[in-house]
Amino acid sequence: MKKQYICIGCPLGCVLEVEIEGKEVLSVSGNQCPVGEKWIREEIKAPKRTLLTVLPVKNGKFDTVSVKSSKPVPKDRIPELLQILARVEVEAPVHVGDVILHNPLGLNVDIVATREA
Amino acid sequence: MNYDVVVIGGGPGGLAAALRAHELGLKVLLLDENEFLGGILPQCIHPGFGTVIFKKDYTGPEFASIFIHKIIEHKIPYKLNAHVLEIRNYSDMEKIVVYTSPEGVREVWTRTVIYAAGARERHQFEIGITGDRVSGVLTAGEAQTYMDLYGMLPGKNVLIVGSGDVGLIMARRFALEGATVKMVVEMMPYPGGLARNIMQCLNDFDIPLYLSHKVLEVRGRGRVERAKIVKIDENFKEIPGSEFWVDCDTVLISAGLVPKVKPLRNIGVRIDPRTGGPVVNEYFETSVPGVFAVGNSLVINDLVDHVVEQGELAAEGAAKFVKEGISSRRWIKISAGEGVRFVVPHYISGERDVFLNLRVQKPMDNVYVHLPEIGRKIKKLAVKPSEMLRIRLRQAQIKDVDEITVEVRK
Repeated sequence: MKKQYICIGCPLGCVLEVEIEGKEVLSVSGNQCPVGEKWIREEIKAPKRTLLTVLPVKNGKFDTVSVKSSKPVPKDRIPELLQILARVEVEAPVHVGDVILHNPLGLNVDIVATREA
Repeated sequence: MNYDVVVIGGGPGGLAAALRAHELGLKVLLLDENEFLGGILPQCIHPGFGTVIFKKDYTGPEFASIFIHKIIEHKIPYKLNAHVLEIRNYSDMEKIVVYTSPEGVREVWTRTVIYAAGARERHQFEIGITGDRVSGVLTAGEAQTYMDLYGMLPGKNVLIVGSGDVGLIMARRFALEGATVKMVVEMMPYPGGLARNIMQCLNDFDIPLYLSHKVLEVRGRGRVERAKIVKIDENFKEIPGSEFWVDCDTVLISAGLVPKVKPLRNIGVRIDPRTGGPVVNEYFETSVPGVFAVGNSLVINDLVDHVVEQGELAAEGAAKFVKEGISSRRWIKISAGEGVRFVVPHYISGERDVFLNLRVQKPMDNVYVHLPEIGRKIKKLAVKPSEMLRIRLRQAQIKDVDEITVEVRK
């Protein structure tokens, strides 16, 4: 079966023509770089997304700190991760790159600050 | 003279311009009206920043912090909460910038100005939404400020008007924070934002996208309660009988950006009605010598990387201006031809390599970018208005012509 996907690897948004059989990728075309092929193979097998949100900060310069998952997280585990994060409050000061939560899902993914507070 | 260059706006364009100008030995002052540097970047918590210049995928605040740290490290003077009231063009070589800040109203003299004040969002009245004056109608960027700077959720049942990138990204933010996004309504028959954002912001959360639809009115008592939507035909005429109502408590307007150019207009800078920003040469110098414009106040950009590039180039232009004065040369005019909505810059010297930035009028497949006067033709598999095209013109390819037309067609 042939299907079209839009690569989310970067803002270029290459249109990928993918030939799929079940969860097996037979061929990929349309990608302008290797990121596209790697991404689509993963997307078909087990889709992952980087999680981005903000957490409240106590005694900081700003009310919140923005955070990201250090690596993409399996899509179906994101609601669970959000439930964990809903109970987190961060103590200031926070710097870019600080680990806010170490390995919350047991998947070797940390929650990292992307802004100062 | 107080400064060689005053940079107005501390977003990516202004930060990059201030840094580059400092590196080139100019005396710089950076002004920003916010209480922090970075412009809109600190609230853009999603990734996608820096893929071109750093070959890395940063979030907005991370990208901004790289530049902010350098500004602090090089001790480049900057003022926060500094709102520019006026630019005065005292002479071609002398400008005055008047700003108000907690220190009071100040006037500084400078040889050049790099204007990087960004854009504003289109609001509900500009896109013809009528109805009750209720709370709960806000622009996508305002919602982003509430959620991602202050940590407040501005609504629970959201209707998004316009499929620009900020709207799509906010659809995902609302969905992740537990709100329901009813739908995204777009007037055009194609989406306004980047394709990747349709994929990861709407499809991931099963948010429907209604193309060729428009919001007519918003109703409610005190707070938004519902909105009326209608299908439109290819001439944007409402199709009678196709109206329907959607219950919602929040209407988010994501209908594009408009360059903020008022202080430039006031000193007689020529504005291009196609971009809404100033007419510029290859250094992004406006029609007033020594006044440069970059970033979204020049033209609405897709990528922050290009804004940084514009800031750096304007700083190089400012350095040239400070050292050599006004250049009197014959400029080659760049004009938007068939299929092209606009091209920036509007004038080039032909003495160096340049990038032409252009948007097409409508999505097209298998077309060529034609530059008939210099006999060039570049193949493009797919073009769409939501993605800026960048054409590199090497100096050797630019011949002795008065004008270069840019056309996108078969």
